Formats: sequence, structure tokens, C-alpha cells
Amino acid sequence: MSDSKPQTLVEESDAKIGTTGHDWDGIKELNNPLPRWWLWTFYATIVWGVIYTVLYPAWPLVNGATAGVFGWSTRGEVAAEQAAFAQRNTPLANALAAADLPQVAADTSGELHRYAVSSGAAVFRTHCSQCHGSGAAGAIGYPNLLDSDWLWGGSVSDIAMTVRHGIRNDTDGDARWSQMPAFGEILSNAEIDAVVEHVREISDQEHDIALAATGAEVFASNCASCHGDAGEGMRDEGAPDLSDAIWLYGGDRDALHTTVNQARFGVMPAWGARLSDAEVAAVATYVHQLGGGEAEIEKVHP
Amino acid sequence: MFPRRVSGRFRQLKWAIMAVTLGIYYLTPWIRWDRGPNLPDQAVLIDLAQRRFYFFFIEIWPHEFYFVAGLLIMAGLGLFLFTSALGRVWCGYTCPQTVWVDLFILVERWIEGDRNARIRLWRQSWDIHKWRLRLTKWLVWLLIAAATGGAWVFYFADAPTLAGQLATFQAPAVAYTSIGVLVATTFVFGGFMREQVCNYMCPWPRIQAAMMDDGTITVAYRDWRGEPRGKHRKGAKAAAASRIATAYAAPESAADAVVQQGDCIDCMACVNVCPAGIDIRDGQQMECITCALCIDACDDMMDRVGQPRGLIGYLALTDETKERAGEPPVPMLRHVLRPRTIVYTVLWSLIGVGLVVALLMRSDIDMTVAPVRNPTYVLEPDGSVRNIYDVRLRNMSNVPRDFSLSLTSDAALNLSLQGEDASTVSVPANEILLQRVYVTAAPGSSAATGDHTDLTLMVEDFAAGTSASVATTFNGRVSQ
Ligand code: SF4
Ligand code: SF4
Repeated sequence: MSDSKPQTLVEESDAKIGTTGHDWDGIKELNNPLPRWWLWTFYATIVWGVIYTVLYPAWPLVNGATAGVFGWSTRGEVAAEQAAFAQRNTPLANALAAADLPQVAADTSGELHRYAVSSGAAVFRTHCSQCHGSGAAGAIGYPNLLDSDWLWGGSVSDIAMTVRHGIRNDTDGDARWSQMPAFGEILSNAEIDAVVEHVREISDQEHDIALAATGAEVFASNCASCHGDAGEGMRDEGAPDLSDAIWLYGGDRDALHTTVNQARFGVMPAWGARLSDAEVAAVATYVHQLGGGEAEIEKVHP
Repeated sequence: MFPRRVSGRFRQLKWAIMAVTLGIYYLTPWIRWDRGPNLPDQAVLIDLAQRRFYFFFIEIWPHEFYFVAGLLIMAGLGLFLFTSALGRVWCGYTCPQTVWVDLFILVERWIEGDRNARIRLWRQSWDIHKWRLRLTKWLVWLLIAAATGGAWVFYFADAPTLAGQLATFQAPAVAYTSIGVLVATTFVFGGFMREQVCNYMCPWPRIQAAMMDDGTITVAYRDWRGEPRGKHRKGAKAAAASRIATAYAAPESAADAVVQQGDCIDCMACVNVCPAGIDIRDGQQMECITCALCIDACDDMMDRVGQPRGLIGYLALTDETKERAGEPPVPMLRHVLRPRTIVYTVLWSLIGVGLVVALLMRSDIDMTVAPVRNPTYVLEPDGSVRNIYDVRLRNMSNVPRDFSLSLTSDAALNLSLQGEDASTVSVPANEILLQRVYVTAAPGSSAATGDHTDLTLMVEDFAAGTSASVATTFNGRVSQ
């Protein structure tokens, strides 16, 4: 290859546009001007940047950032949007708070029902899912809200009552309250083992027949007053049905032994203090329609 | 680029195609189609808000989008087919870019004159005359661009209503934005970028090279006839002929004489009319859109100098050797019917037939089933096991209908609907109903204690006698 051509190229360009003065082993950096459109775009972005930082929040300061003369912020925009939605939902929320809840729950195609279910689902996800799970299936110690087993009743007004006042909390005088004694201080270990066998018998689980017979006597004198003669439970007391398949703390021998020995003490906050009436009504309606909701029983609720 | 005006049969064909394609584009949204009450009576409508696509008697719901996918595949295969058979016919005749550029050039020529006048104007300094011509041209272009963008939005809303809204500045912002973007792109692409869009922005020129082979028909220059080119002089040919005659008499100078002059008179007509700005005499090039304008231009020239037409013409590369040897070319049809094109045609037709069959067989009742997996099952106090399914029932007809749900399974399972006492729900016309469905297995049954049990959910409309079914599974207590 001849080396004359590249040289003339460099020399020509040198003459016309010069170099930046940088020179590495004879390789020079030419000082090519930027295309004009590029420069103008660049200047325009600078101008744009300056205008932008004046109008909108931009420069970080010690406690926050410059606010911008428009006073605009993403947070404010979200707040405004939320307020707008709340505003739009106000009539429905008011209607729901004033409505007869059992009626709303029963009218599954009604507008209030649909509003209650969808806004109740949002309330549930925000406040309830931490304990009861996002699918409302609960966990050990936290009731499953999908089934039809209820400690304190599964009608929509029962559920609303539970949500509003909570369970065994110290903050609400009307909280649902019940307490099982820790039978470890009352019964011997052998008696507890026997009563566990009896409970497994009445709940159709594998059990020791002889022990269960002993346990039946223990049960009759110690447990039946709350859980019923057949262990069928008592809702007014929040005493669980021991004859069914559902166990809040587990139905195996260890779990049952611990329950009898120490007693359990589950607590639920009183949501009436934190949620509006409409929100309580909504979340109760939502939980009621999850699959276990019961019809209203004719009795007077506070 | 200053393409010169040209007339001829291909130019005529192009005008005709332009009229037809533009006509279809602008008029389609205005065709009415009576679908009954509460439904849009526009024949072709993409209803994004309601998520429906109407195409004459066909109504496509979002879950039937495979129809659209199928049509797109057919369009792609069709493009392959035409490209492998006839080269870039799509580009040359029907591509929107070509059509609108043609239209814009027509306006340009009408206002600023033909090629030479336009070049002169372009070189000239910006005086009032130039400003006047330029502004008029831009104005007409803008009007065309506005009409283009305007027509586009009519595909997405009821055309007469939207037209009224647009005129009174009440149309949704998105309509104005769409129009704005389309006006800008039409104006810039059609008016200023033209062939550069094809060369730099469009991927097709590069892809099409793979679709073409030696048998593909393209626009080509018969260099064996035209070369060596030379300026046309009256009698030059005759002189050449006499030289040839002399050459036969004196064979030693024959080679010299015979190659004296070809048919190309180097008039540059083919180059001047080319919207892609290339010289077809250099051979087939990527930029060429096979628009055949150079054929028209050269045929015109050949007519004038009294030579046979076809110095530039549609031909396949495989014909070249034959033509050089003076044999007749293979008939067009033989070129078009090659194994490759036949395969494309068969594929294309298969998909087409498949779509038509699917269209005819689809029912106006449809269901999708989403088993709720959070939790996988629910244990009831009596030991029975319940599974929850979110079922979407679609009533794709114009009347409300009662849908009855049932299930079939080898195991004994029970079905019930949330919030309903019976197993029948009413679904409003043209709506999707989300219904929670409970399936329960009795305590101790195989489904309740087992792992997975197959079941089929079925939805029926007894009145219309139509049904749909979906297979799913039931989770027992073993599954986690
Ligand atoms: S070379 Fe001929 S066919 Fe190709 S783009 Fe130019 S005018 Fe059209
Ligand atoms: S138009 Fe025909 S004759 Fe004129 S330069 Fe082109 S090929 Fe040659």
C-alpha cells in the first residue's frame, strides 16, 4: 500500500480544520466541528434544562428540593387523584354506611353490593391480608375466612361487629372476649392426654379408644360448659366447634395438647377505630361473600 | 430528488392503483353496517374502549385475537409470495410511502413545474416567487397530510360523530394527538424524506433480498442490447449497420464494427424519472422499488428513435443467457409458478382456510376458567373440600341470555355459583360476566383426599342450543 494518500488526507484536513493539538505517536486528533443541527439541539437542551429547573422541582437542597414556581409535585398529583376518586365515591360510601348491611349483602347484583365488594377487597388487602393472607385463607392461629366455620358467627352483621371491635384487645370495651383457662394448672398431664384423645375421637380422627373414654369424663366436667356436651362449640362464647375438621391451631396431638395445657389467646385489633363506617361495612361484605357467609340469624345485635 | 414526469402503461397502472388504495383508505370508515341497537353501525371499527374489533359481519373480541394474528401472518406470507415472484411490487405499487410520495410529487410538479423547472427553482435564491411557490406547495401537502391523519382516527371511533367533534374542537385529545403525529410524519416522509425512508428506515429492502432469487421478475436493463451506449444521431444506426456490413466483407475489423453502438442512446430519461434516484443501467440495486417508471420512460425514448421497446423491462435473471443467445424468454407464468411461490401460496391458503373455518365454527358463547390458587383449596368444617374458580362468561350476542353451568368428572363433585341459588346466571348482551364458581368434594371422597382430579366445566344456553366447555383440575387435600 502506498502511504502517500493517508498523509495528504491528514494534511488537507489539518489545513482546513486544524487539530485539537492532541498527538499520540503521530496520530492527530482533528478538530472537526460538530454538525450545526447538533449544536443547536445541544443549546436548546441547555435552555430547556434551565427553564425546567425553574418551573419544576429540581435542585436537591438540605431538607428537600426546590419546589419550582409551578408548585407541581408527583406526590401532590397522586394526592389530588386520590382525592378526586374519594370524592367520586363519596355518595356510594355514604349510602353504604347508612344502608342496612344484611340487605346489601343479600342483593348480590345491586350497585351497593358491587361497590362494597370491590372497595372491601381494597380495604382487606391493605389492613387484613397481613394476618389473614391475601387470599383470605388465614394461617395457623389466623382464621381462614373462606370456609363456613365461624367462631363468632358468619352473618354479615356478625362479621362487621368482629371487624369493628376486634377480639380480645384492650382498646375496645366492646371487643369480642372469651378466655380459655390454661388447663395445665388444673389438670394432670395424663388427664390432658386423655381429653386430647377424646377430642380426636369426636372430630373423627385416629385415636386411642380406652384413653378417649377416660377423656370423655374429663371433658364433661371441664370443657363441656363452653364447648358443649358433644364439643359442638358455642358461638356466643367464641368457643370453637371441636367436632369439625377445622383447627385454628392444628388438630394433631401436639397442637391439641399445647392448646389445652396453655390455652390460646388470639387478638385482633378493633378496626372501628381506624376505618370509617363505610370501610367496615365494605370489608364485612367482602368477607361475607368469600364463600362462608351465612344468612342473618334473627337475633338482636348491639 | 427531482423525478421527471413520465407517462406510459405502468404509470397509468400506478395512477389507477393509487386511486383505488387511497379511495379505500379514505372511504372505508364511512361505510355503514347495521348491527342492531346499542352496537356501532360502522363497517370497520377498532373500538379500543370496548375492546372490540368490527369488520363488516365479523366481530372480534380480545380473546379471539388469533384472528388478527392469522391475518397478519397471511399478510406477511402474501408479501413473501409476491416478492419472490415479482420482486418489490409491494414497494413499487401499493406501499403507502410510495403512494403518498407519488401524490406529493404530483402536487409538487403541478405547482413548481417538471424536473428542470424544479431544479432551477431549487438553485435559485429565496425571492418572493420562490416563497410563493414553496408555501403553496407546503400548504397543499399539509392539507393532504391532515386528510391522511384525519382519516386514520375515523377507524377508531364513529366517523360522523368524530368528524363533528373534530370540527367543533370537542374530540378527545388522543384524536388530535394522533392526527398531529400522522400529519407530521406524512408531511416529512412524503414531502422531504421520500426515497430515504425506503433506503434508511424501512427494513424491507434488506429483507426482500432474501426472498428473491434468479427466477424473480425484476426491472432490469437489457445491457446486451443497449451497450455500448452512445448519443443518438440521425443515421448513426444506419452508419453502424453499414459498418457491420463492411465488417462482414472485411472480417478482420468485424469485432470493432459490431460493437459500435447499442440501443441505449444515453438520454438519461430512465435516471431522471427514477423516484429512488438510481441508474438502472448499473444493474439491479437495493434501492430500486421496481416501480417501472424507467420502463415507461425508456419505451417512450425507443418509440421516438424508432427502436423496439423493452430495452428496460420486467425480466428474470435466468432469462439473460437465453436472451443473449437470441432465444425467446421463458413465459411470465413459468417464472411466477416456481416451487417457492407454490409453497408460499399453499401455506397462505391453508391459514386462510383455517381462519375461515374457525370463523364459521366459533360460537357466540365462550368461557374462560381461572382456578383460584390462593389458596389451592378450602377445607370446610364437615371435611368437604372446596375449590374456587373465576369463570368469565362471554355473551357475544345482542340479547341477554341465561347461561347454565354444569360439570362432568370421573369423581363425584358438586358445583355451585357464588351469590346464586341455581346454577344458571343471566349474562347481559355483549358482555363478559365474572362469576365465582365453587366445586365441592364430599368428605372422604377420592377427590377430597386425592391430589388432582380432572373435571370439565360446561356452559350451555338451552334456548339457543349452544355450549362451550373448558377442562381444568380440582385440588384435593394432598395438593399444596
Ligand atoms: S430503477 Fe426504474 S423501477 Fe427501479 S425505482 Fe428507479 S424508476 Fe423505479
Ligand atoms: S431511457 Fe433508455 S435509452 Fe435513455 S438512457 Fe435510459 S436506457 Fe438508455
